[in-house]
Amino acid sequence: MRRKIKRKKKKKISHLGEAISFAHTSVYVNGRLVGYHENGEVLLAELKNRRRQGAISQQVNFHYRKSTDELFINTDSGRARRPYIVVENGQSRLTPALLEQLKRGEISWSSLIKLGVIEYLDAEEEEGAYVALREEDLTPEHTHLELDPVSIFGVTVSILPYPEYNSSPRITMACAMAKQSLGTYLVNFNMRNDSRAHILYYPQQPLVQTQPYRLLGFAERAAGQNFVVAITSSYGYNIGDAVVMNKNAIDRGLGRSVFYKSYETEERRYPGGQRDTFEIPPPTTTGYREERVYRFLGEDGIISPECEVQGKDVLVGKTSPPRFLEEITVFGVIEEKKRESSLVLKSGEEGVVDSVMLTDSLAGTKLVKVRVRSIKIPEVGDKFASRHGQKGVIGLLRPQEDMPFTADGIVPDLIINPHAIPSRMTIGHLLEMLGGKAACFKGNFVDATSFTGDREEEIRKIMKEYGLDEYGEEVLYDGITGKPCKAKIFIGVIYYQKLHHLVSNKMHVRSRGPVQLLTHQPTEGRSREGGLRFGEMERDCLIGYGASMLLKERLLDESDKTTLLVCEKCGSIGYHDFVKNRDRCPLCDDSRLEPIEMSYAFKLLLDEIESLGIFPRLILRDKA
Amino acid sequence: MTSKSKKNIEVGEAVGIVAAQSIGEPGTQMTMRTFHYAGVAEQVPTGLPRLIELVDARKEPKKPIMDIFLKEEYASNEAKAKELAKAIECTTVDKVAYVEEDFDEKKIIITLEPSELETEGVKAEEVFRKVKAVAGSHVEQKDNIITVKAPNASLRTIRRLTNKLRQVQIKGINKISRTLVVKGKDGKYFIRTAGSNLAELIKNPHVDASRIYTNDVQEIARVFGIEAARNALVREIKQVLDMQNLNVDVRHCMLLADAMTMDGEIKSIGRHGLSGEKAGVLARAAFEETVKHLINAATKAEDDKLIGVTENIIVGQTVPVGTGLVKLKMKLG
Repeated sequence: MRRKIKRKKKKKISHLGEAISFAHTSVYVNGRLVGYHENGEVLLAELKNRRRQGAISQQVNFHYRKSTDELFINTDSGRARRPYIVVENGQSRLTPALLEQLKRGEISWSSLIKLGVIEYLDAEEEEGAYVALREEDLTPEHTHLELDPVSIFGVTVSILPYPEYNSSPRITMACAMAKQSLGTYLVNFNMRNDSRAHILYYPQQPLVQTQPYRLLGFAERAAGQNFVVAITSSYGYNIGDAVVMNKNAIDRGLGRSVFYKSYETEERRYPGGQRDTFEIPPPTTTGYREERVYRFLGEDGIISPECEVQGKDVLVGKTSPPRFLEEITVFGVIEEKKRESSLVLKSGEEGVVDSVMLTDSLAGTKLVKVRVRSIKIPEVGDKFASRHGQKGVIGLLRPQEDMPFTADGIVPDLIINPHAIPSRMTIGHLLEMLGGKAACFKGNFVDATSFTGDREEEIRKIMKEYGLDEYGEEVLYDGITGKPCKAKIFIGVIYYQKLHHLVSNKMHVRSRGPVQLLTHQPTEGRSREGGLRFGEMERDCLIGYGASMLLKERLLDESDKTTLLVCEKCGSIGYHDFVKNRDRCPLCDDSRLEPIEMSYAFKLLLDEIESLGIFPRLILRDKA
Repeated sequence: MTSKSKKNIEVGEAVGIVAAQSIGEPGTQMTMRTFHYAGVAEQVPTGLPRLIELVDARKEPKKPIMDIFLKEEYASNEAKAKELAKAIECTTVDKVAYVEEDFDEKKIIITLEPSELETEGVKAEEVFRKVKAVAGSHVEQKDNIITVKAPNASLRTIRRLTNKLRQVQIKGINKISRTLVVKGKDGKYFIRTAGSNLAELIKNPHVDASRIYTNDVQEIARVFGIEAARNALVREIKQVLDMQNLNVDVRHCMLLADAMTMDGEIKSIGRHGLSGEKAGVLARAAFEETVKHLINAATKAEDDKLIGVTENIIVGQTVPVGTGLVKLKMKLG
């Protein structure tokens, strides 16, 4: 390609030399100066024309920068390009006749490109283009026309219904949340061992959907369900973005999903010919766990499918050779003490073993992959969101009989709070609810493609047609008292997504638990069953409150309290000599040692100060 | 219980922490708002920058400002106040003349600007006299041009002399760069200045030295003493917080000011001030420069009496505030 252009250029562009370069347009191919031309704009028009005629490849882009009188020709790889309809004298080149042919299937997309009706522009050529959003906006100055107004959006936004009715931050949030929604991310999930995967039980395609949604095939991989939603307060259980959900609807499978988690382990080989073994570890193994955690293992040390496992149960029993070679014992035999290194289900998790796979790893060792499945039924604390950045967590699961109902006996699946609407300005949410309701009655999908979708008036017309309140408001009857609510309540059908922030994967408590080896302080983080840090500012609060004893309890008694022997004479830390059964100070021969309570961190500090070459002494005194 | 004893803080109340939290919490709000207001021009640093300035005990504020209140006859007469303001304002040669050097002829040419002379109320002769006092004998004046000849000087000395001449003070009080007469709420006039010079101004007979004020806390400490500086600190800190509509009790500011001034000089909060001079080794080591403090303490064989809060938390004992202060003393027999 480059050669071709260069040849052309040599014909057209004379190498005029430095002197006249100021008066001429510099021409660059892929950023390299190749020559000069008398008139850049003429050259640009000629080049573009030739490309549209097919003389130059469609993949070449041109840009003329007037301010510096430079013409750029780009032919290299890696430029992001997008299609536009070519416009000439304010007329789209995609004529109704061509459109008709296209509809009949006589011509294709690629032939349109060949005809120069559609061309791809890169970022640089876009700088020189004047693009109209709609055909009716065309003026003689326009150079291009968008294929469709939606194309100004990316994939994620173009899937949202009625985004033009929402405030922009909410659109951003809706896009972020759509990526967290549960659905069918792949159809062969059953044959895969993804480290974690969520699958929605009964995915539905939205009743209110957009053209790109269909075109991109999302309807076949839906990630959500159509909920009947009412916007009203609900005995305070939907305050502050909480939502109330219908317990019976959930029992019928609404929002139900499976969570697959894969574990794997292999029989590693070590230098020296040793290797791991899959087996039920014998009780003599160092680090042997409770006997019951091995109960599901078969003779080969591997669990079988459909076992109901709980946290800390062993999935694959494994033993490893000792880390260091053992010394030869008195009897002259090397005693092999194996290490326990089983694959264990993470604490706090539970489920059923879904599949067990045995293969070879790349290194040729035995590899086991175990997939554990658990059903996640919506519970208080699970997160749901509509496609308008309206997210919320379940605040209450209410039995159907206690939920409000309409005159027709429709009971909402979800109740959101009216306060979620005005300040966020998500009118699209309301419109989708209305559209969803209309779709239910008419039996059609509603088109909510941005800028070109079905208008509110059309939806209202449908509502009227079916004898409904055209604004979607209905009298709701309180499920507990049976009395009608004083206000009419907006109720409709809207697509809701279950997001993968499930309480059951986040819940964490600790009253006692593991401590760190180095500091003897509680571990950190849910995966380590850790505590929540009582930090500096929290400490300040207790001091400010004067709660001295509580502070000591937090920082010492409930953390890393240790009792050490301190020499009364020299103030250094001593120890108890169990052989001679007496306390000993490392410095003094014969001195009394007192047991002193302190934090283990302080003991570490003393050690560290000693490592600086400083001898810290603890001078003891009776408490006044 | 009398009303006075009700007001007394109880024994063992952690006043320091409470003060720190009470100033710190709205302070966080202020930080966020300061970033929000980015780009808004400020005459004088207010808000967080000013608070930092005060707490760091900077030698001089970024923008020193004085309020000079006047004795009765000047305070109620705008003309007289303006006259005094003009007299106070420090005028340099640079302000009324264009100074350039001529390296060929080895001379410095000072071109006086008549209009500037008039607005500043300076006479050409005065400038000449001041210049002569600095530059020595080879000074000539011809109309509005003063020429300083330095035939034997090196080029470097000429440049140095030029810069010096530019800064020669013709009239007014040093450091007072601008003055403005303001009508106070009581209808009396006072002078607000940019730049601060307490020591000189209180000598002026027309100035009410009992009410004069500067925002330069260090200067107040130098001229009026540490007690005055403490009051000024309280006032400045409170003013900063009030301007941001932050409701902080004065007593927190007072405690802060007391802590900063209790040794007779204004000390900053932080490594070079209060925190760096805490009594306990452990407390200092816990703050900043741990190793430095530990090694210094070791060379002096320092004892830590475990008096403070930090020390006791480190060793794992109850903290001597609040409930930690209560002790049971019992004498048997």
